[in-house]
Amino acid sequence: MNSSVNDNRTSRWGLRVLGLGYIAVLLVAPLILLFYKTFEEGLAPPWEAITSSDGLHALKLTLLTVVIAVPLNTVFGVICSLLLVRHKWKGNWVIDAVINLPFAISPVVIGLSLFLLYGKQGWFEPGLAEAGIKILFSTPGIILACIFVSVPFVVRETVPVLQEIGTEQEQAAETLGANGWQTFWRVTLPAIRWGVAYGVVLCTARVLGEFGAVSVVSGNISGETQTLPLFVEKNYENFNLPGAFGAAVLLALLALVVLMAMNLLKRKEAS
Amino acid sequence: MGISVEGANKSFGDFQALDDVSIEVPDGSLTALLGPSGSGKSTLLRAIAGLEELDTGRVVIDGEDVSTKPTQKREVGFVFQHYAAFKHMTVYENVGFGLKIRKWKKDKIRERVDELLNLVQLPGLADRYPSQLSGGQRQRMALARALAVQPQVLLLDEPFGALDAKVRKDLRTWLRNLHEEMNVTTIFVTHDQEEAMDVAGQLVVMNQGRVEQSGTANDLYEKPANEFVMSFVGEVNQLGDSYVRPHDIEIVGDKDENTEEAMVQRIVALGFEIRVELVLADGNEVWAQLTRQELQRLELREGQIAYLRPVHAKSFNGSPPPNSPGASTPPGSTDGGDAEITAAA
Repeated sequence: MNSSVNDNRTSRWGLRVLGLGYIAVLLVAPLILLFYKTFEEGLAPPWEAITSSDGLHALKLTLLTVVIAVPLNTVFGVICSLLLVRHKWKGNWVIDAVINLPFAISPVVIGLSLFLLYGKQGWFEPGLAEAGIKILFSTPGIILACIFVSVPFVVRETVPVLQEIGTEQEQAAETLGANGWQTFWRVTLPAIRWGVAYGVVLCTARVLGEFGAVSVVSGNISGETQTLPLFVEKNYENFNLPGAFGAAVLLALLALVVLMAMNLLKRKEAS
Repeated sequence: MGISVEGANKSFGDFQALDDVSIEVPDGSLTALLGPSGSGKSTLLRAIAGLEELDTGRVVIDGEDVSTKPTQKREVGFVFQHYAAFKHMTVYENVGFGLKIRKWKKDKIRERVDELLNLVQLPGLADRYPSQLSGGQRQRMALARALAVQPQVLLLDEPFGALDAKVRKDLRTWLRNLHEEMNVTTIFVTHDQEEAMDVAGQLVVMNQGRVEQSGTANDLYEKPANEFVMSFVGEVNQLGDSYVRPHDIEIVGDKDENTEEAMVQRIVALGFEIRVELVLADGNEVWAQLTRQELQRLELREGQIAYLRPVHAKSFNGSPPPNSPGASTPPGSTDGGDAEITAAA
């Protein structure tokens, strides 16, 4: 008896040390080092880098991208989930597979494909040039790239919740006189809200940090088409370490806020 | 508000859920749709509510053809087997949902919801969430929610199916009383014949998408249209080509031309009722229901030979043609062409 209890305790501690050690070495240590390096010479150098006009512009551009891409993908994600779950149709598996594409394809490839579509000799280029709209090397291109890479999150989080709640509550609302619109706002959406919110959080985190696709389509012009991740990379390449580290810490903090929001939601969902 | 369904057909792929079904539900009645699972009873109920679209046929409520009317305009109260409670709303918000949709004033809603919560015996639980209620309470809340909008008809889909036996029995009595009080035309679906007979005034027996028979509990029990109805509504034994209820088998000591020889295999005492299991000469098994006194008088023992005399045995000539009796026949006129063989005493 005693030895089996001890064995149990040993194996439990063993697993704990292994798991925590893995996280400590591979996840926590690099982040601590990043913070340490950033503030090694005080607050001033990173602060100056971030509040430089290029730094502030990068921050603004990143936040603008989030503010546009996330709501669009949320609305699309909810509509798409309803389509997949509530309107059974033979072609649904195609939609389902296509939505997963951004998960499977490297962001660089996504950037290149946008390049082919909107760049010189691209399909859409003649029309857009005529209308005087510039997509590549400007803000619209960056937003398009971010929308592309973050499409699946809301759908993937919402579909299982929609399946789980079933259709009975919606049918009950119908028998009580609610039309489709009223049923959606009063019954369906409140029932799936934590799933949607979870998808929004993941989508936001992805848009904040997107590098590959954006770096292909944006041109990485300081003060114009440079998002925070691109700002980090450029400063790093130019040996401006305080600037790189400062922006990196800022990105990490934004991500942390998003992750904390996610944990709060999880807790709320559980209660 | 009477309800009638005329020539309803509905298929799901290859499965024919409703096969030319017609029923007539009188105004103010409490009617049970009774049948095994897959018999089409729930589909029929959902078609009346508009939750299922018929392939062909009509649904008429209070003289008006509502076949093309969407559910939200049919003014039906619907209660689901698994309650379909709005989980993110309180009991109060659940019951008041239909009123809010109809843009009632707040104080009017408060008044009506309080009245209904009293009616369904849930006063004081208005601020709870459905997850904080028991199954029986949830179902009563769902009923209050359906009744709030004063529906023309009330439709209940296996309303007690998810509850335990004790709560079921209480709710049955309660539903019957409620119906007497409210007098709303009510249809409820069940697979439990005892429940149907206990609660409903009129029963419609369904099987394989068809109506087998409709009538009062007595009609169905005394004059079943075919062997399906006979065996579904109560217990039944098969003796040759005829069918007999276990309490209609007399056990006698001497043989004559109306008796069948059988061996007593097992005697089971179930309180007042005694169940005697017998094997016939042809190897078929039957059972007879006796009272304690009858058993003592007969002095039956396991293993002995006894003689059975069926009283009120019924034979049905072949299998019944599809939707022969029952369909839209008024209660009490369901003879269905069966011959009654009564043993000469």
